[in-house]
Amino acid sequence: MITINGISKTYQVAKRSSGIGQAFKSLFHREYTDVEALNDISFTVKPGEIVGYIGPNGAGKSTTIKVMSGILVPDSGSCTIMGYTPWKDRVAYVRNIGVVFGQRSQLWWDVPVIDSFELLRDIYKVPEQEYKANLALLTETLELQDIIGMPVRQLSLGQRMRCEIAASLLHSPSILFLDEPTIGLDAASKIAVRRFIRTINEEKGVTVILTTHDMNDIEALAQRIILIGKGKLLYDGSIDAIRNQFGTRKTIIALYRQQEAPLKIAGAVLESWSPERAVLSVDTEQVLISEVLISISQQVELIDIIIDTPPIEDMIIQLYKEHQI
Amino acid sequence: MRLYWKYIVILFKSQMQYRTSFWLLTLGQFLVPFSVFAGLYFLFERFGQIQGWNFQEVALCFSIIHMAFAISECFARGFDSFSGMVVNGEFDRVLVRPRSTVLQVLGSKFEFTRVGRLAQSTLVLIWAISQLPIEWTMLKAITLFFMVISGFFIFAGIFMLAAAMCFWTIQGLEVANIFTDGGKEMAQYPLNIYQKWVTRFFTFIIPFGCVNYLPLLYILDKTTGNDLPYILAPAAGIVFIAPCMLVWRVGVRHYRSTGS
Repeated sequence: MITINGISKTYQVAKRSSGIGQAFKSLFHREYTDVEALNDISFTVKPGEIVGYIGPNGAGKSTTIKVMSGILVPDSGSCTIMGYTPWKDRVAYVRNIGVVFGQRSQLWWDVPVIDSFELLRDIYKVPEQEYKANLALLTETLELQDIIGMPVRQLSLGQRMRCEIAASLLHSPSILFLDEPTIGLDAASKIAVRRFIRTINEEKGVTVILTTHDMNDIEALAQRIILIGKGKLLYDGSIDAIRNQFGTRKTIIALYRQQEAPLKIAGAVLESWSPERAVLSVDTEQVLISEVLISISQQVELIDIIIDTPPIEDMIIQLYKEHQI
Repeated sequence: MRLYWKYIVILFKSQMQYRTSFWLLTLGQFLVPFSVFAGLYFLFERFGQIQGWNFQEVALCFSIIHMAFAISECFARGFDSFSGMVVNGEFDRVLVRPRSTVLQVLGSKFEFTRVGRLAQSTLVLIWAISQLPIEWTMLKAITLFFMVISGFFIFAGIFMLAAAMCFWTIQGLEVANIFTDGGKEMAQYPLNIYQKWVTRFFTFIIPFGCVNYLPLLYILDKTTGNDLPYILAPAAGIVFIAPCMLVWRVGVRHYRSTGS
Protein backbone atom coordinates (compact mmCIF):
# COMPACT_ATOMS: atom_id res chain seq x y z
CA MET A 1 0.00 0.00 0.00
CA ILE A 2 2.69 2.44 1.08
CA THR A 3 6.31 1.88 0.16
CA ILE A 4 8.81 4.49 1.21
CA ASN A 5 12.39 4.03 0.21
CA GLY A 6 15.30 6.13 1.39
CA ILE A 7 13.51 9.47 1.64
CA SER A 8 15.67 12.44 2.60
CA LYS A 9 14.75 16.06 2.95
CA THR A 10 16.91 19.00 3.92
CA TYR A 11 15.62 22.44 4.78
CA GLN A 12 17.59 25.60 4.55
CA VAL A 13 17.17 27.71 7.61
CA ALA A 14 18.50 31.25 7.76
CA LYS A 15 21.05 31.78 10.49
CA ARG A 16 20.11 34.49 12.88
CA SER A 17 22.59 36.08 15.18
CA SER A 18 21.77 38.48 17.94
CA GLY A 19 22.40 42.20 17.83
CA ILE A 20 21.09 44.94 15.61
CA GLY A 21 24.29 45.02 13.55
CA GLN A 22 23.89 41.39 12.65
CA ALA A 23 20.21 41.88 11.90
CA PHE A 24 21.08 44.72 9.56
CA LYS A 25 23.75 42.64 7.91
CA SER A 26 21.27 39.82 7.31
CA LEU A 27 19.20 42.22 5.23
CA PHE A 28 21.78 41.95 2.51
CA HIS A 29 23.55 38.73 3.11
CA ARG A 30 22.14 35.70 4.77
CA GLU A 31 23.87 32.59 5.82
CA TYR A 32 21.96 29.40 5.70
CA THR A 33 22.35 26.23 7.65
CA ASP A 34 21.03 22.97 6.36
CA VAL A 35 18.68 21.14 8.66
CA GLU A 36 18.13 17.51 7.90
CA ALA A 37 14.45 16.97 8.44
CA LEU A 38 14.45 13.46 7.07
CA ASN A 39 17.45 11.24 6.63
CA ASP A 40 17.06 8.05 4.63
CA ILE A 41 13.64 7.00 5.89
CA SER A 42 12.27 3.71 4.61
CA PHE A 43 9.25 1.69 5.62
CA THR A 44 6.26 -0.07 4.16
CA VAL A 45 2.68 -0.17 5.31
CA LYS A 46 0.22 -2.92 4.43
CA PRO A 47 -3.45 -2.26 3.64
CA GLY A 48 -5.62 -2.07 6.73
CA GLU A 49 -2.79 -1.35 9.15
CA ILE A 50 -2.88 1.32 11.82
CA VAL A 51 0.58 2.74 12.25
CA GLY A 52 1.52 5.09 15.06
CA TYR A 53 4.19 7.50 13.93
CA ILE A 54 5.93 8.95 16.94
CA GLY A 55 8.89 11.01 17.90
CA PRO A 56 9.68 14.15 19.89
CA ASN A 57 8.85 17.61 18.56
CA GLY A 58 10.84 18.49 15.47
CA ALA A 59 11.74 14.88 14.75
CA GLY A 60 10.35 15.01 11.21
CA LYS A 61 6.90 13.51 11.72
CA SER A 62 5.02 16.31 10.01
CA THR A 63 7.53 16.43 7.18
CA THR A 64 6.96 12.73 6.53
CA ILE A 65 3.21 13.22 6.54
CA LYS A 66 3.63 16.12 4.13
CA VAL A 67 5.72 14.00 1.79
CA MET A 68 3.24 11.14 1.94
CA SER A 69 0.29 13.44 1.30
CA GLY A 70 1.97 15.02 -1.70
CA ILE A 71 2.52 18.48 -0.23
CA LEU A 72 6.30 18.28 -0.19
CA VAL A 73 8.76 16.87 -2.68
CA PRO A 74 11.68 15.08 -0.99
CA ASP A 75 15.28 15.69 -2.07
CA SER A 76 15.87 12.03 -2.75
CA GLY A 77 14.29 8.65 -2.32
CA SER A 78 11.12 7.16 -3.66
CA CYS A 79 7.64 6.84 -2.34
CA THR A 80 4.87 4.80 -3.89
CA ILE A 81 1.43 4.89 -2.39
CA MET A 82 -1.32 2.89 -4.08
CA GLY A 83 0.72 2.97 -7.25
CA TYR A 84 1.08 6.76 -7.23
CA THR A 85 4.04 8.94 -6.49
CA PRO A 86 2.28 11.48 -4.29
CA TRP A 87 4.06 14.63 -5.46
CA LYS A 88 3.84 13.73 -9.14
CA ASP A 89 0.20 12.87 -9.70
CA ARG A 90 -1.09 15.20 -7.01
CA VAL A 91 -4.67 15.65 -8.19
CA ALA A 92 -5.24 11.99 -9.04
CA TYR A 93 -3.53 10.81 -5.88
CA VAL A 94 -5.13 13.02 -3.22
CA ARG A 95 -8.58 11.76 -4.16
CA ASN A 96 -7.63 8.55 -2.36
CA ILE A 97 -6.42 10.02 0.88
CA GLY A 98 -7.88 11.90 3.80
CA VAL A 99 -5.73 14.24 5.85
CA VAL A 100 -6.51 15.69 9.26
CA PHE A 101 -4.16 18.29 10.68
CA GLY A 102 -5.11 18.41 14.35
CA GLN A 103 -4.09 22.00 14.77
CA ARG A 104 -5.71 23.37 11.64
CA SER A 105 -9.31 23.30 10.57
CA GLN A 106 -10.45 22.29 7.14
CA LEU A 107 -13.99 23.47 7.76
CA TRP A 108 -15.44 26.84 6.88
CA TRP A 109 -15.57 28.76 10.12
CA ASP A 110 -18.78 30.74 9.93
CA VAL A 111 -21.19 28.36 8.24
CA PRO A 112 -22.97 25.25 9.55
CA VAL A 113 -20.89 22.08 9.40
CA ILE A 114 -23.21 20.51 6.85
CA ASP A 115 -22.44 23.34 4.39
CA SER A 116 -18.74 22.55 4.65
CA PHE A 117 -19.50 18.89 4.05
CA GLU A 118 -21.49 19.70 0.94
CA LEU A 119 -18.73 21.88 -0.44
CA LEU A 120 -16.25 19.08 0.17
CA ARG A 121 -18.58 16.75 -1.67
CA ASP A 122 -18.32 19.07 -4.67
CA ILE A 123 -14.57 19.49 -4.33
CA TYR A 124 -14.02 15.74 -4.32
CA LYS A 125 -16.84 15.10 -6.81
CA VAL A 126 -18.34 12.46 -4.56
CA PRO A 127 -21.35 10.78 -6.22
CA GLU A 128 -24.58 11.73 -4.44
CA GLN A 129 -25.44 8.20 -3.28
CA GLU A 130 -22.00 7.56 -1.90
CA TYR A 131 -22.04 10.92 -0.16
CA LYS A 132 -25.38 10.22 1.47
CA ALA A 133 -24.30 6.79 2.66
CA ASN A 134 -21.02 8.10 4.04
CA LEU A 135 -22.69 11.05 5.70
CA ALA A 136 -25.27 8.82 7.36
CA LEU A 137 -22.60 6.46 8.64
CA LEU A 138 -20.34 9.25 9.88
CA THR A 139 -23.19 11.14 11.52
CA GLU A 140 -24.24 8.05 13.37
CA THR A 141 -20.87 6.76 14.49
CA LEU A 142 -19.46 10.16 15.41
CA GLU A 143 -22.76 11.34 16.92
CA LEU A 144 -22.93 14.48 14.84
CA GLN A 145 -26.74 14.75 14.65
CA ASP A 146 -26.97 17.67 17.05
CA ILE A 147 -23.96 19.63 15.88
CA ILE A 148 -24.15 19.28 12.12
CA GLY A 149 -26.37 22.35 11.80
CA MET A 150 -24.19 24.56 13.96
CA PRO A 151 -21.55 26.98 12.68
CA VAL A 152 -18.04 25.65 13.27
CA ARG A 153 -17.05 28.61 15.41
CA GLN A 154 -19.65 27.62 18.01
CA LEU A 155 -18.36 24.06 18.40
CA SER A 156 -16.15 22.88 21.22
CA LEU A 157 -12.75 21.51 20.29
CA GLY A 158 -13.93 17.93 20.75
CA GLN A 159 -17.01 18.46 18.59
CA ARG A 160 -14.94 20.20 15.98
CA MET A 161 -12.41 17.39 15.82
CA ARG A 162 -15.18 14.87 15.26
CA CYS A 163 -16.41 17.01 12.37
CA GLU A 164 -12.85 17.34 11.01
CA ILE A 165 -12.45 13.59 10.93
CA ALA A 166 -15.84 13.15 9.30
CA ALA A 167 -14.90 15.78 6.72
CA SER A 168 -11.77 13.89 5.76
CA LEU A 169 -13.71 10.67 5.19
CA LEU A 170 -16.61 11.89 3.07
CA HIS A 171 -14.89 10.83 -0.14
CA SER A 172 -14.16 7.30 1.16
CA PRO A 173 -10.37 7.53 1.14
CA SER A 174 -8.32 4.34 1.40
CA ILE A 175 -5.68 5.98 3.55
CA LEU A 176 -6.20 8.40 6.39
CA PHE A 177 -3.37 10.57 7.68
CA LEU A 178 -4.00 11.93 11.13
CA ASP A 179 -1.56 14.54 12.40
CA GLU A 180 -2.16 14.81 16.14
CA PRO A 181 -5.89 14.11 16.06
CA THR A 182 -6.37 14.15 19.82
CA ILE A 183 -4.36 17.27 20.65
CA GLY A 184 -6.13 19.36 23.26
CA LEU A 185 -9.15 17.09 23.57
CA ASP A 186 -10.76 16.10 26.86
CA ALA A 187 -10.75 12.47 27.96
CA ALA A 188 -14.23 11.64 26.68
CA SER A 189 -13.58 13.15 23.24
CA LYS A 190 -10.26 11.36 22.98
CA ILE A 191 -11.94 8.05 23.66
CA ALA A 192 -14.69 8.80 21.13
CA VAL A 193 -12.13 9.70 18.47
CA ARG A 194 -10.07 6.58 19.15
CA ARG A 195 -13.09 4.33 19.05
CA PHE A 196 -14.12 5.83 15.75
CA ILE A 197 -10.70 5.43 14.17
CA ARG A 198 -10.79 1.79 15.18
CA THR A 199 -14.26 1.38 13.71
CA ILE A 200 -13.46 2.75 10.28
CA ASN A 201 -10.26 0.74 10.23
CA GLU A 202 -12.09 -2.47 11.01
CA GLU A 203 -15.26 -1.93 9.03
CA LYS A 204 -14.05 -0.05 5.97
CA GLY A 205 -10.48 -1.28 5.98
CA VAL A 206 -9.04 2.22 5.95
CA THR A 207 -5.29 2.30 6.45
CA VAL A 208 -4.42 4.81 9.15
CA ILE A 209 -1.14 6.63 9.74
CA LEU A 210 -1.29 8.65 12.89
CA THR A 211 1.15 10.93 14.63
CA THR A 212 0.64 11.78 18.25
CA HIS A 213 2.34 12.62 21.50
CA ASP A 214 -0.31 10.83 23.48
CA MET A 215 0.88 7.28 24.02
CA ASN A 216 -2.60 6.24 25.05
CA ASP A 217 -3.65 6.87 21.44
CA ILE A 218 -0.93 4.53 20.33
CA GLU A 219 -1.76 1.93 22.91
CA ALA A 220 -5.44 2.02 22.06
CA LEU A 221 -5.01 1.99 18.29
CA ALA A 222 -1.73 1.01 16.79
CA GLN A 223 -0.45 -2.51 16.49
CA ARG A 224 2.72 -1.06 15.13
CA ILE A 225 4.79 2.02 15.85
CA ILE A 226 7.45 3.79 13.88
CA LEU A 227 9.76 5.96 15.92
CA ILE A 228 11.64 8.78 14.33
CA GLY A 229 14.15 11.14 15.89
CA LYS A 230 16.29 13.86 14.36
CA GLY A 231 15.11 12.76 10.94
CA LYS A 232 16.25 9.17 11.34
CA LEU A 233 14.13 6.07 11.59
CA LEU A 234 14.92 4.56 14.97
CA TYR A 235 12.42 1.85 15.55
CA ASP A 236 9.81 0.09 13.49
CA GLY A 237 7.90 -2.71 15.12
CA SER A 238 5.15 -3.80 17.43
CA ILE A 239 4.35 -2.26 20.76
CA ASP A 240 4.70 -5.66 22.37
CA ALA A 241 8.31 -5.82 21.31
CA ILE A 242 8.93 -2.52 23.07
CA ARG A 243 7.14 -3.86 26.11
CA ASN A 244 9.34 -6.92 26.15
CA GLN A 245 12.43 -4.80 25.76
CA PHE A 246 11.68 -2.03 28.20
CA GLY A 247 8.78 -3.37 30.23
CA THR A 248 10.89 -5.80 32.21
CA ARG A 249 11.17 -3.45 35.14
CA LYS A 250 8.17 -3.95 37.41
CA THR A 251 7.17 -1.99 40.42
CA ILE A 252 5.97 -3.95 43.45
CA ILE A 253 4.01 -2.18 46.14
CA ALA A 254 3.64 -4.21 49.32
CA LEU A 255 1.29 -3.36 52.21
CA TYR A 256 1.85 -5.24 55.43
CA ARG A 257 1.29 -5.27 59.20
CA GLN A 258 3.40 -2.73 60.99
CA GLN A 259 7.03 -3.70 61.16
CA GLU A 260 10.05 -1.63 62.14
CA ALA A 261 12.84 -3.42 60.28
CA PRO A 262 13.18 -2.43 56.61
CA LEU A 263 12.78 -5.08 53.93
CA LYS A 264 15.86 -6.68 52.44
CA ILE A 265 15.20 -8.44 49.19
CA ALA A 266 17.96 -9.80 46.98
CA GLY A 267 17.77 -8.51 43.40
CA ALA A 268 15.23 -5.79 44.14
CA VAL A 269 15.74 -2.08 44.73
CA LEU A 270 13.88 -0.56 47.64
CA GLU A 271 12.46 2.68 46.27
CA SER A 272 10.65 3.77 49.41
CA TRP A 273 9.84 2.28 52.75
CA SER A 274 7.58 2.94 55.71
CA PRO A 275 6.52 0.65 58.59
CA GLU A 276 3.38 -0.30 56.63
CA ARG A 277 4.31 0.06 52.99
CA ALA A 278 7.26 -0.61 50.72
CA VAL A 279 7.82 0.13 47.05
CA LEU A 280 10.31 -2.07 45.24
CA SER A 281 11.50 -2.09 41.71
CA VAL A 282 12.49 -5.35 40.12
CA ASP A 283 14.06 -6.19 36.82
CA THR A 284 12.39 -9.42 35.74
CA GLU A 285 15.35 -10.32 33.59
CA GLN A 286 17.57 -10.44 36.66
CA VAL A 287 15.31 -12.07 39.18
CA LEU A 288 12.05 -13.97 39.14
CA ILE A 289 8.98 -12.23 40.49
CA SER A 290 8.04 -15.37 42.38
CA GLU A 291 11.32 -15.35 44.30
CA VAL A 292 10.80 -11.73 45.26
CA LEU A 293 7.28 -12.46 46.42
CA ILE A 294 8.40 -15.42 48.52
CA SER A 295 11.12 -13.31 50.02
CA ILE A 296 8.68 -10.53 50.92
CA SER A 297 6.15 -12.85 52.46
CA GLN A 298 8.87 -14.41 54.60
CA GLN A 299 9.87 -11.06 56.02
CA VAL A 300 6.51 -9.35 56.58
CA GLU A 301 2.87 -10.21 57.14
CA LEU A 302 1.45 -9.17 53.79
CA ILE A 303 -1.94 -7.47 53.56
CA ASP A 304 -1.93 -6.56 49.89
CA ILE A 305 0.46 -6.57 46.97
CA ILE A 306 0.37 -4.66 43.68
CA ILE A 307 2.57 -5.48 40.71
CA ASP A 308 2.72 -2.64 38.23
CA THR A 309 4.09 -2.46 34.69
CA PRO A 310 5.43 0.97 33.73
CA PRO A 311 3.19 2.89 31.31
CA ILE A 312 4.12 2.78 27.64
CA GLU A 313 4.99 6.47 27.98
CA ASP A 314 7.96 5.62 30.20
CA MET A 315 9.10 2.97 27.78
CA ILE A 316 9.06 5.47 24.96
CA ILE A 317 11.07 7.90 27.05
CA GLN A 318 13.60 5.13 27.62
CA LEU A 319 13.62 4.49 23.92
CA TYR A 320 14.30 8.19 23.27
CA LYS A 321 17.10 8.08 25.82
CA GLU A 322 18.62 5.04 24.24
CA HIS A 323 18.82 6.87 20.93
CA GLN A 324 19.87 10.11 22.59
CA ILE A 325 17.08 12.27 21.20
CA MET B 1 -17.03 26.70 -12.68
CA ARG B 2 -19.83 25.09 -10.73
CA LEU B 3 -17.46 24.60 -7.82
CA TYR B 4 -16.37 28.22 -8.04
CA TRP B 5 -19.99 29.22 -7.64
CA LYS B 6 -20.30 26.92 -4.61
CA TYR B 7 -17.31 28.67 -3.07
CA ILE B 8 -19.01 32.00 -3.65
CA VAL B 9 -22.20 30.79 -1.99
CA ILE B 10 -20.52 29.43 1.13
CA LEU B 11 -18.38 32.52 1.61
CA PHE B 12 -21.34 34.77 1.01
CA LYS B 13 -23.17 32.90 3.75
CA SER B 14 -20.17 33.44 6.01
CA GLN B 15 -20.13 37.12 5.19
CA MET B 16 -23.83 37.39 6.01
CA GLN B 17 -23.04 36.28 9.54
CA TYR B 18 -21.63 39.75 10.01
CA ARG B 19 -24.32 41.82 8.40
CA THR B 20 -23.69 45.20 9.98
CA SER B 21 -20.03 45.08 9.23
CA PHE B 22 -20.86 44.10 5.67
CA TRP B 23 -23.17 47.05 5.08
CA LEU B 24 -20.83 49.56 6.69
CA LEU B 25 -17.85 48.36 4.67
CA THR B 26 -19.91 48.35 1.50
CA LEU B 27 -21.02 51.90 2.20
CA GLY B 28 -17.42 52.88 2.82
CA GLN B 29 -16.36 51.27 -0.45
CA PHE B 30 -19.14 53.20 -2.16
CA LEU B 31 -18.08 56.55 -0.74
CA VAL B 32 -14.29 56.38 -0.91
CA PRO B 33 -13.95 56.63 -4.72
CA PHE B 34 -16.12 59.76 -4.61
CA SER B 35 -13.28 61.69 -3.03
CA VAL B 36 -11.04 60.59 -5.89
CA PHE B 37 -13.75 61.50 -8.33
CA ALA B 38 -14.23 64.88 -6.69
CA GLY B 39 -10.53 65.51 -7.12
CA LEU B 40 -10.96 64.72 -10.80
CA TYR B 41 -13.88 67.15 -11.00
CA PHE B 42 -11.98 70.05 -9.45
CA LEU B 43 -9.02 69.38 -11.68
CA PHE B 44 -11.15 69.82 -14.76
CA GLU B 45 -13.01 72.75 -13.19
CA ARG B 46 -9.66 74.52 -13.12
CA PHE B 47 -8.13 73.38 -16.41
CA GLY B 48 -11.11 72.56 -18.61
CA GLN B 49 -9.37 69.76 -20.40
CA ILE B 50 -6.15 67.75 -20.38
CA GLN B 51 -4.37 66.79 -23.60
CA GLY B 52 -7.58 66.99 -25.55
CA TRP B 53 -9.62 64.95 -23.07
CA ASN B 54 -12.59 66.53 -21.36
CA PHE B 55 -14.08 65.69 -17.99
CA GLN B 56 -16.74 63.24 -19.20
CA GLU B 57 -14.24 61.30 -21.26
CA VAL B 58 -11.84 60.98 -18.37
CA ALA B 59 -14.78 60.00 -16.14
CA LEU B 60 -15.45 57.12 -18.51
CA CYS B 61 -11.80 56.14 -18.33
CA PHE B 62 -11.97 56.39 -14.53
CA SER B 63 -15.12 54.31 -14.19
CA ILE B 64 -13.85 51.44 -16.34
CA ILE B 65 -10.65 50.98 -14.39
CA HIS B 66 -12.48 51.29 -11.07
CA MET B 67 -15.07 48.75 -12.14
CA ALA B 68 -12.35 46.33 -13.13
CA PHE B 69 -10.53 46.96 -9.85
CA ALA B 70 -13.68 46.42 -7.77
CA ILE B 71 -14.51 43.18 -9.57
CA SER B 72 -10.99 41.84 -9.20
CA GLU B 73 -10.81 42.79 -5.53
CA CYS B 74 -14.06 40.93 -5.02
CA PHE B 75 -13.35 37.79 -7.03
CA ALA B 76 -9.58 37.52 -6.95
CA ARG B 77 -9.28 38.46 -3.29
CA GLY B 78 -7.91 34.98 -2.55
CA PHE B 79 -4.70 35.90 -4.35
CA ASP B 80 -4.66 39.38 -2.88
CA SER B 81 -4.66 38.01 0.66
CA PHE B 82 -2.65 34.92 -0.15
CA SER B 83 0.29 35.54 2.19
CA GLY B 84 -1.97 34.61 5.10
CA MET B 85 -2.67 31.25 3.54
CA VAL B 86 1.01 30.42 3.37
CA VAL B 87 1.73 31.67 6.87
CA ASN B 88 -1.01 29.69 8.61
CA GLY B 89 -0.51 26.57 6.53
CA GLU B 90 -3.85 26.77 4.74
CA PHE B 91 -2.01 26.23 1.50
CA ASP B 92 -1.07 22.70 2.56
CA ARG B 93 -4.77 22.00 2.71
CA VAL B 94 -5.16 23.28 -0.84
CA LEU B 95 -2.48 20.84 -1.96
CA VAL B 96 -4.23 17.79 -0.50
CA ARG B 97 -7.45 18.48 -2.36
CA PRO B 98 -7.94 17.16 -5.86
CA ARG B 99 -8.54 20.48 -7.61
CA SER B 100 -6.31 23.05 -9.25
CA THR B 101 -4.54 25.39 -6.87
CA VAL B 102 -5.66 28.46 -8.81
CA LEU B 103 -9.33 27.58 -8.46
CA GLN B 104 -8.99 26.79 -4.79
CA VAL B 105 -7.09 29.96 -3.97
CA LEU B 106 -9.60 32.03 -5.92
CA GLY B 107 -12.33 30.30 -3.97
CA SER B 108 -10.67 30.85 -0.61
CA LYS B 109 -11.84 34.42 -0.25
CA PHE B 110 -14.23 36.92 -1.77
CA GLU B 111 -14.56 40.53 -0.75
CA PHE B 112 -18.25 41.14 -1.29
CA THR B 113 -18.10 44.62 0.18
CA ARG B 114 -16.49 45.73 -3.09
CA VAL B 115 -19.95 45.87 -4.64
CA GLY B 116 -19.99 49.32 -3.05
CA ARG B 117 -17.10 50.43 -5.19
CA LEU B 118 -18.60 48.68 -8.17
CA ALA B 119 -21.89 50.53 -7.70
CA GLN B 120 -20.09 53.86 -7.48
CA SER B 121 -18.07 53.29 -10.63
CA THR B 122 -21.12 51.98 -12.48
CA LEU B 123 -22.93 55.20 -11.62
CA VAL B 124 -20.03 57.22 -12.96
CA LEU B 125 -20.00 55.08 -16.09
CA ILE B 126 -23.69 55.62 -16.72
CA TRP B 127 -23.37 59.33 -16.09
CA ALA B 128 -20.36 59.69 -18.38
CA ILE B 129 -22.04 57.76 -21.18
CA SER B 130 -25.21 59.83 -20.90
CA GLN B 131 -23.15 63.01 -21.16
CA LEU B 132 -21.00 61.97 -24.09
CA PRO B 133 -22.22 62.26 -27.68
CA ILE B 134 -21.17 58.73 -28.64
CA GLU B 135 -22.75 57.01 -31.59
CA TRP B 136 -23.25 53.56 -30.08
CA THR B 137 -22.85 50.45 -32.15
CA MET B 138 -22.96 46.83 -31.07
CA LEU B 139 -19.22 46.57 -31.55
CA LYS B 140 -18.57 49.56 -29.30
CA ALA B 141 -20.74 48.08 -26.55
CA ILE B 142 -18.91 44.77 -26.78
CA THR B 143 -15.57 46.54 -26.70
CA LEU B 144 -16.64 48.43 -23.57
CA PHE B 145 -17.67 45.19 -21.90
CA PHE B 146 -14.36 43.54 -22.74
CA MET B 147 -12.44 46.53 -21.44
CA VAL B 148 -13.83 45.85 -17.97
CA ILE B 149 -13.30 42.10 -18.21
CA SER B 150 -9.79 42.55 -19.47
CA GLY B 151 -9.04 45.04 -16.69
CA PHE B 152 -10.15 42.40 -14.24
CA PHE B 153 -7.69 39.94 -15.76
CA ILE B 154 -4.81 42.38 -15.40
CA PHE B 155 -5.51 43.12 -11.76
CA ALA B 156 -6.05 39.42 -11.07
CA GLY B 157 -2.75 38.70 -12.82
CA ILE B 158 -0.91 41.20 -10.65
CA PHE B 159 -2.51 39.76 -7.52
CA MET B 160 -1.39 36.36 -8.68
CA LEU B 161 2.18 37.52 -9.24
CA ALA B 162 2.24 39.09 -5.80
CA ALA B 163 0.82 35.89 -4.32
CA ALA B 164 3.48 33.83 -6.07
CA MET B 165 6.12 36.02 -4.42
CA CYS B 166 4.88 34.71 -1.06
CA PHE B 167 6.47 31.38 -1.92
CA TRP B 168 9.87 33.00 -1.73
CA THR B 169 9.38 35.74 0.80
CA ILE B 170 6.57 36.55 3.13
CA GLN B 171 7.50 40.19 3.46
CA GLY B 172 8.06 42.81 0.81
CA LEU B 173 4.65 42.39 -0.77
CA GLU B 174 3.99 46.10 -0.72
CA VAL B 175 5.86 46.15 -4.03
CA ALA B 176 2.80 44.65 -5.63
CA ASN B 177 0.64 47.52 -4.45
CA ILE B 178 2.68 49.85 -6.62
CA PHE B 179 1.28 47.99 -9.57
CA THR B 180 -2.28 47.42 -8.39
CA ASP B 181 -3.12 50.65 -6.58
CA GLY B 182 -0.51 52.54 -8.56
CA GLY B 183 -1.74 51.08 -11.81
CA LYS B 184 -5.30 51.92 -10.91
CA GLU B 185 -4.38 55.53 -10.10
CA MET B 186 -2.40 55.91 -13.32
CA ALA B 187 -4.92 54.23 -15.56
CA GLN B 188 -7.86 56.27 -14.40
CA TYR B 189 -6.45 59.02 -16.62
CA PRO B 190 -5.83 58.68 -20.35
CA LEU B 191 -2.29 57.43 -20.81
CA ASN B 192 -1.21 60.12 -23.28
CA ILE B 193 -0.91 62.68 -20.47
CA TYR B 194 2.13 60.85 -19.10
CA GLN B 195 5.77 60.60 -20.11
CA LYS B 196 6.59 58.29 -23.00
CA TRP B 197 8.22 55.60 -20.83
CA VAL B 198 5.24 55.48 -18.48
CA THR B 199 2.91 55.04 -21.42
CA ARG B 200 5.11 52.32 -22.84
CA PHE B 201 5.35 50.50 -19.52
CA PHE B 202 1.59 50.50 -19.06
CA THR B 203 1.00 49.40 -22.62
CA PHE B 204 3.55 46.69 -23.18
CA ILE B 205 4.55 45.41 -19.74
CA ILE B 206 1.40 45.75 -17.68
CA PRO B 207 -1.15 46.48 -20.39
CA PHE B 208 -3.48 48.84 -18.52
CA GLY B 209 -3.36 51.13 -21.53
CA CYS B 210 -4.82 48.36 -23.63
CA VAL B 211 -7.89 48.03 -21.48
CA ASN B 212 -8.98 51.61 -21.33
CA TYR B 213 -6.92 54.22 -23.16
CA LEU B 214 -6.51 52.53 -26.54
CA PRO B 215 -10.03 51.11 -26.92
CA LEU B 216 -11.47 54.35 -25.59
CA LEU B 217 -9.90 56.14 -28.53
CA TYR B 218 -12.04 53.91 -30.70
CA ILE B 219 -15.23 54.32 -28.69
CA LEU B 220 -14.79 58.10 -28.60
CA ASP B 221 -13.94 58.22 -32.33
CA LYS B 222 -10.51 59.70 -31.69
CA THR B 223 -8.73 57.17 -33.87
CA THR B 224 -7.10 57.77 -37.20
CA GLY B 225 -6.86 54.91 -39.66
CA ASN B 226 -7.71 51.33 -38.88
CA ASP B 227 -9.94 50.76 -35.84
CA LEU B 228 -9.23 47.06 -35.49
CA PRO B 229 -6.07 47.22 -33.33
CA TYR B 230 -7.93 49.48 -30.91
CA ILE B 231 -10.89 47.14 -30.72
CA LEU B 232 -8.67 44.14 -30.11
CA ALA B 233 -6.43 45.88 -27.57
CA PRO B 234 -8.34 44.53 -24.55
CA ALA B 235 -7.23 41.04 -25.53
CA ALA B 236 -3.79 42.03 -24.22
CA GLY B 237 -5.21 42.02 -20.71
CA ILE B 238 -6.34 38.46 -21.09
CA VAL B 239 -3.00 37.48 -22.58
CA PHE B 240 -1.32 39.08 -19.57
CA ILE B 241 -2.72 36.37 -17.29
CA ALA B 242 -0.72 33.64 -19.06
CA PRO B 243 2.77 34.57 -17.80
CA CYS B 244 1.25 35.21 -14.37
CA MET B 245 -0.10 31.66 -14.32
CA LEU B 246 3.33 30.43 -15.29
CA VAL B 247 5.03 32.30 -12.46
CA TRP B 248 2.37 30.92 -10.12
CA ARG B 249 3.13 27.37 -11.16
CA VAL B 250 6.84 27.90 -10.70
CA GLY B 251 6.05 29.30 -7.25
CA VAL B 252 3.97 26.29 -6.27
CA ARG B 253 6.75 23.98 -7.40
CA HIS B 254 9.25 25.97 -5.37
CA TYR B 255 7.02 25.78 -2.31
CA ARG B 256 6.68 22.05 -2.60
CA SER B 257 10.39 21.50 -2.91
CA THR B 258 11.38 23.75 -0.04
CA GLY B 259 8.48 23.84 2.38
CA SER B 260 8.22 26.67 4.83
